[in-house]
Amino acid sequence: MTQSDGTHSGSDAGHMVNGQMVTVDGTPLKASLKRAERKRTLIAFLLVAPLLTYLLISFIFPIGQMMWRSVDNPQVVTTLPKTLEALEDWDGEGLPDEPVFEALAEELAIASANRTVGQLAVRLNYEISAARGALMRTSRSAEDFEPPYKEAFLDAHRLWNDPAFYRIIKREGNPLTASYYIAAFDGTYNEDGEVVLQDENRRIYTDLFIRTFAMSLGITLITLLLGFPISFLMASLPMRHANLLMIFVLLPFWTSLLVRTTSWIVLLQQQGVINELLIALGFIGDDGRLGMIYNMTGTIIAMTHILLPFMVLPLYSVMKTIPPSYVRAAKSLGATPWTAFWRVYVPQTLPGIGAGAVLVFIISIGYYITPALVGGQSGQMISNLIAHHMQTSLNWGLAAALGSVLLVSVLILYWVYNRLVGADSLKLG
Amino acid sequence: MAVPTYAGPLERIWYYAFRVLCGLIFFFLIAPILIMVPLSFNVEPYFTYTREMLTFNPDGFSLRWYRDLFSSESWMTSIQNSLIIGVASTLIATFLGTLAALGLSRSEMPFKGLIMGLLISPMIVPLIISAAGMFFFYSSVGLANTLPGVILAHAALGTPFVVITVTATLVGFDHSLTRASASLGAGAGRTFFKIQMPLILPGVISGGLFAFITSFDEIVIVLFLAGVEQRTIPREMWSGIREQISPTILAVASILVAFSILLLTTVEVLRRRSERLRGMSPG
Repeated sequence: MTQSDGTHSGSDAGHMVNGQMVTVDGTPLKASLKRAERKRTLIAFLLVAPLLTYLLISFIFPIGQMMWRSVDNPQVVTTLPKTLEALEDWDGEGLPDEPVFEALAEELAIASANRTVGQLAVRLNYEISAARGALMRTSRSAEDFEPPYKEAFLDAHRLWNDPAFYRIIKREGNPLTASYYIAAFDGTYNEDGEVVLQDENRRIYTDLFIRTFAMSLGITLITLLLGFPISFLMASLPMRHANLLMIFVLLPFWTSLLVRTTSWIVLLQQQGVINELLIALGFIGDDGRLGMIYNMTGTIIAMTHILLPFMVLPLYSVMKTIPPSYVRAAKSLGATPWTAFWRVYVPQTLPGIGAGAVLVFIISIGYYITPALVGGQSGQMISNLIAHHMQTSLNWGLAAALGSVLLVSVLILYWVYNRLVGADSLKLG
Repeated sequence: MAVPTYAGPLERIWYYAFRVLCGLIFFFLIAPILIMVPLSFNVEPYFTYTREMLTFNPDGFSLRWYRDLFSSESWMTSIQNSLIIGVASTLIATFLGTLAALGLSRSEMPFKGLIMGLLISPMIVPLIISAAGMFFFYSSVGLANTLPGVILAHAALGTPFVVITVTATLVGFDHSLTRASASLGAGAGRTFFKIQMPLILPGVISGGLFAFITSFDEIVIVLFLAGVEQRTIPREMWSGIREQISPTILAVASILVAFSILLLTTVEVLRRRSERLRGMSPG
């Protein structure tokens, strides 16, 4: 493979000068080969470079930038630098002294004038719920405050009488924060500034993470249960018939996600095909229509259908390579059909099961569209909450923290997948 | 896999039960897609089969929803947008992806594993995260709510498919062919276009089709990145399902099913051709 660029050097490389192999033009063969090698490496790299640059700029950098938001905390440190400096001397007990309020009055007046107070108020409101009101109201009149500033602040809003508020300002005066991650795991700071779990009825995110994982696991198991028999059947049929059956797997695979979700709405809704059919057959009454959609059941049914091809394709490609002679040998040695299947056949399908299961699991924990359309309340997954914080509540720090947790889980799973099958063997169609 | 003549009654029962079970699973896969095609011809605005439809009474059927579709300005705009975005992003993804695959499959490529991981990351990262990240970035560079913005984002999503399919066709590539061509005096460019390109072309085309369908079917990025002007077919279906579900959606869906059958057939034909060219299977 180490052939250099010209056609001549291959044949004329045999000259000896001073005991060294040289090419026709007199350079040592080793150096010449090395140069050619370098050139080829460079060419290979130049071919990859455009796409790599494109993805680094338009995809990987934006995701890094978004993840940075989960720890980025510029609001307090940029709007209240002097206040933070003055708070350095405060011991955290009782209310701070006059210099802190003097700095606050000055900086809130500036922030109000150049309209940065809004961001500060929103940021601190994540930590303590009255902060927005306190800051917005105080900052409007801060310009007219007269010394002693402390009195003026204490009169302006009740929150300024709470030492905890100053502790929060001091804590969030750090340019980096852990509070989005703490919130993402349902933690909160208690009176003493220690991290504790939220009250039971306010825990949302851990429950949702658990539910997302449980639903994904359930969907993975169902796709395995449904995918195994049909892959087995296709693997044991002659090629021509198997290819025909493959259409049943590939057509859903190629059909638009929204089309498939729509068709499940058509089938499962209250006035839908299945309910009407069951009524026509007399299984249920007109008032007993089944609620199969806009809940977790709907999400699981639709997602199972959507992800089943991702289980069947790797399973089938592994099963196709298993020689039938092993099972025959087991049977001829006296194994019952069940033993031969379970002890001899199934272990050989494990790479396919592993690949399919991890693939389906990875895809389903990040799923957004189907739960959003057919999930109702109980069928929502973590992605839906990320979208909610991105688009509705606009708490981008929390969205980024939840997204980072999801991303890390997916990357770990992908690493496992890679160890199991190798990324190169990802097959498409 | 026919029943062997020596099979006992239990095995026979099991054999037929297994076939029935598989039949049901195949039914589960295909029925939901096919069942709504006739419903798109329903004369009534219902999502269920009427008595007229079940008795094949011609009065129960109509092209009403198709007429609605083709006379609706917002649907026509979305079809146009989807095609523009799909074709443009596919061209970018196919060009960049094919180049990268050619580089990656050279044995001299350094850090192959790491680079491959980065290149296929758009396929691994959950779409909601990609969409959120791209939303911030594209907004900051002024590409949010523009057609080029959506095209560039979709191109990034499509590249992994091109890289994977083209790398796969290059795995079986016989490098002595390019050496033979070079020894016969052809330059690098001529060797590439005359020898390598025809052999990897099926991979390039099917990678391009994957990139196209990825863009054509993509909605999460569109939800975050596109404005009203850039609405695509999936975006239009999304609001149709959420706001006022009308059988027009079924008409669109039926057309898309026909479209996916077409794509599926093309990819299958290409795959077989590629395998035959590389001598991997007799058929």
